[in-house]
Amino acid sequence: MLLFLLRRVATFLATLAVASLVVFAVLEWLPGNPAQVMLGDTATAESLAALEARLGLDQPAWLRYGAWVGGLLRGESAMSYAYDTPTFELIAERLQVSLPLALLAMALTVVVALALGIYAASRHNRIGDVGVMALSQLGVAVPSFWLAILLILLFAVQLQWVSAGGFPGWRGDDGGGLWAGVKALLLPALSLAAVQAAILARVTRSAVLEAMREDYVRTARAKGLSRRAVLWRHVLRNAMVPVLTIMGLQFANLITGAIVVENVFVLPGIGRLVFQAIANRDLVLVRDIVMLLAAVVVLVNFAVDVLYAWIDPRLRVTGDA
Amino acid sequence: MPKRWLRHPSFAVGAVLVGLLLLAAALSLLWQPYPPAEIDIPNKLAAPSWAHWLGTDSLGRDIASQLLVGSQNSIVVGVVAVGIGLTLGVALGCLAAARRGWVEELVMRTSDFTFAFPALLSAIMLTAIYGPGLVTSIVAIGIFNIPVFARLTRASARSVWTLDYVLAARAAGKGAWRITSDHVLPNIANVLIVQATIQFALAILAEAALSYLGLGTQPPQPSWGRMLNEAQTMLFDAPLLAVYPGVTIALAVLGLNLMGDGLRDLLDPKLSRQR
Repeated sequence: MLLFLLRRVATFLATLAVASLVVFAVLEWLPGNPAQVMLGDTATAESLAALEARLGLDQPAWLRYGAWVGGLLRGESAMSYAYDTPTFELIAERLQVSLPLALLAMALTVVVALALGIYAASRHNRIGDVGVMALSQLGVAVPSFWLAILLILLFAVQLQWVSAGGFPGWRGDDGGGLWAGVKALLLPALSLAAVQAAILARVTRSAVLEAMREDYVRTARAKGLSRRAVLWRHVLRNAMVPVLTIMGLQFANLITGAIVVENVFVLPGIGRLVFQAIANRDLVLVRDIVMLLAAVVVLVNFAVDVLYAWIDPRLRVTGDA
Repeated sequence: MPKRWLRHPSFAVGAVLVGLLLLAAALSLLWQPYPPAEIDIPNKLAAPSWAHWLGTDSLGRDIASQLLVGSQNSIVVGVVAVGIGLTLGVALGCLAAARRGWVEELVMRTSDFTFAFPALLSAIMLTAIYGPGLVTSIVAIGIFNIPVFARLTRASARSVWTLDYVLAARAAGKGAWRITSDHVLPNIANVLIVQATIQFALAILAEAALSYLGLGTQPPQPSWGRMLNEAQTMLFDAPLLAVYPGVTIALAVLGLNLMGDGLRDLLDPKLSRQR
């Protein structure tokens, strides 16, 4: 297990390093002169020279890359060009919305998908199974941002139960609070979760069906265990391996999906921030946000690999998950 | 197309939906009820009628025409983005399966790595530099398709390489390229067709999301995603405007997914028995 872990950690770190190189290359090296991109074609020579100096463009690319990564590792960030604030501060502030949104959506996804998937498998080829599968086929086809708009249409425009967007904040003193915050995130999380739950429910169903066909299930049934006991004690644990893999991939989808859905609901999260950064041509901020999101995706995949090996010890031996 | 294909419910329904999508795109090349970008303020937000089948939007543009012409956009993005993924991904996957060793390692690690940049993230980076547009979104979606096909091709190709007749062909002195083109590609074509259908559906979804965000196709070229974006500002006055493009996207994606599922069953009977 130790060797396996070491190998995985090494791959994880290498992937992060390559990701940082790609982000740097695309946003700072490929465009030639990022200052020109940020200021546009109409920039005067003086303002261009001033920004070049501020961004340190007079230094060679590898020195700038080193300074950026060194800063990330020390926890010191560059100044956002448009906001004149350290990028980390801006990102941390927006994460207070994006992180709870992603977690809430993931929780909804897992609960709904496992329930539906297990239910469908236990009703294999009967009406309940067919219904769940049809529902999930529909869920996969619906774009999350359209579902978001439909939810706004129903709950904000028709029923007027919630507001059509915005975020009141987590603190009670400025009109927000825990309940108000969760309420504002509920519809966005629901629209994100529906699509992912549809996918995960199918995976869960086929994984459970697969596991139910194994010999040990027949043995357990033969020795007198009830269907229910076999399902909970043997089938589910074995069915979890493929389910977990897909969940890892889905978290990445949730993060990028959140960028879109935050824009539908006008939530002040990372997704909105990155769009404001693009509109402001704030390459410094775009670079740091893209790096953060890529790092989260890599981290989740790493965590899934490790969990995978923990659930299924066979994978540790070959280390080739 | 064999007759039994049409008796397969998923495939039949999917094929009809996909056929309608292609028909709409082909029709819109020849004829449209109205020019989709034609602004007609006196007739804005008109209800569905004989003159405007699905009504008009806030600028008086005909919704049905925009949907029809928008289908071209979705198909172009789907075809090119999946084409990029297929061409490069299959080439890399075949190379990895044929050469093994460090080549395979390099291809696989690069694919793993590319997954760290979902289409939206690539699109954000590219837009920050080159500005939004159709090409940016196609490239971003295409890049993400490459590792999908590379992994699938490598895994399927490797199992073909272990077959007895391939070993015999190698022993007879056939080169890696000939084996790949004569034996590997024909054997993995079915798997690739199924995956291409699914990726096509995902590409339509991704394109819709990108144009909803303003990162994709730019006006005046109509796109389903941007129609939804424009409809959102009119939710209180004209809620139906937000329904049509969404239903269209969902039907197109549903059609492709059902067709992909059906093809999987029809082209690979072994798989369908297991499920």
